[in-house]
Amino acid sequence: MNRLVKLYHQLGSPPTFYRITGKWLPWLFWAGVLLMLWGLYDGLFVAPIDYQQRESFKISYIHVPAAWMSMFIYLVMGISGFMALVWRMKVAEAILIASAPIGAIFTLLALVTGSLWGKPMWGTWWDWDARMTSELILLFLYIGVMATYNAYDDPRKGARVAALVAVIGLVNLPIIHFSVQWWSTIHQASTVSLFGQQHIPWSMLRGWLIMAIGTKLYYGYSVLKRARLLLLETEKHTVWVQKVIEQECQNA
Amino acid sequence: MTPKRKKRLMITLLILLGVAAATALMMSAFRENILYYKSPSDIAEGNFPQQRNFRIGGMVKEGTFHKAGDSLKVDFVITDYAKEVPVHYEGILPDLFREGQGVIAIGRMGTDGTFKAEEILAKHDENYMPPEVAASLKQKPAGETAPAPQKP
Repeated sequence: MNRLVKLYHQLGSPPTFYRITGKWLPWLFWAGVLLMLWGLYDGLFVAPIDYQQRESFKISYIHVPAAWMSMFIYLVMGISGFMALVWRMKVAEAILIASAPIGAIFTLLALVTGSLWGKPMWGTWWDWDARMTSELILLFLYIGVMATYNAYDDPRKGARVAALVAVIGLVNLPIIHFSVQWWSTIHQASTVSLFGQQHIPWSMLRGWLIMAIGTKLYYGYSVLKRARLLLLETEKHTVWVQKVIEQECQNA
Repeated sequence: MTPKRKKRLMITLLILLGVAAATALMMSAFRENILYYKSPSDIAEGNFPQQRNFRIGGMVKEGTFHKAGDSLKVDFVITDYAKEVPVHYEGILPDLFREGQGVIAIGRMGTDGTFKAEEILAKHDENYMPPEVAASLKQKPAGETAPAPQKP
């Protein structure tokens, strides 16, 4: 436990964050990419088709992990925003800003694949039911975080305002999750739950889970890489950044 | 924790709480309007808009689907196992449309008590299974392991 606390404090300081996460990047990248490839292969070629939806069911191997990621990344962003607001941690600000475009892409992917799935199965590309509308609002929240950050010349001030947007938007997460229970929607209820009964056999679930882990590792790679660049930018007048640059030049 | 941080923590928590409370109030106020579709029971109570399109959701009742000759005109009954609404529609049905399946019909109520649908959407449930499993479930006597009728 002490080692974890120590790691947390180390990661809170930009120079050590930069140094430590630099070692993680290749591992996260390759583990993420390989797991995603495996998950896609397992889902598309190994998993059986659905008794009702036949091959159309296979689009879920992109749709479901993308939708999970759209909410997971927002949760990370909301927590980072909270830490940025209360503790003014530069690393938390960097994680917040770095997460927004990645989360927005996953949200867009979930919306587009959902639409492609909806047309053959439901008979419509889009309908304003509670699940779809709240997921669309999630996309706007991601865009809002990016836009408010870019609206300020001072990146630290922009990050604080963006953090406020991210924290306020947290209320949307339970709405997305419970929308299929609270209201009558065309979108079906949750198939997988952490504690309850699963409505899918293991042979079909496996691809979703492999993709879920793979996309999370890939997000870890992507967000750390972006956050490191953001920190170099905002800390460019400090000694540690100059040292990093000197070292990079020597290595080159 | 320094007093300054404590203050910021309180303010942030208050903002989050305030937004959550406002959202909850708004959602409970608009609860009826967010309702995506009406059930046949709502229709039976007369709880539906007269002059504009709305949605009915329910199951297609077994044995009620009729297709008129070589046209695209179809008639069927939507049920929520309590009340029923006859539906008339002309057009192409989604792949998943069949008797016993959840559907949503968009249109308006006719004067004769028949729902004139302009669009039919099929709804599927959260259960996925391979075709062989579904077939073997069907062969077993009903009520043993067959999945409960899906909720509309």
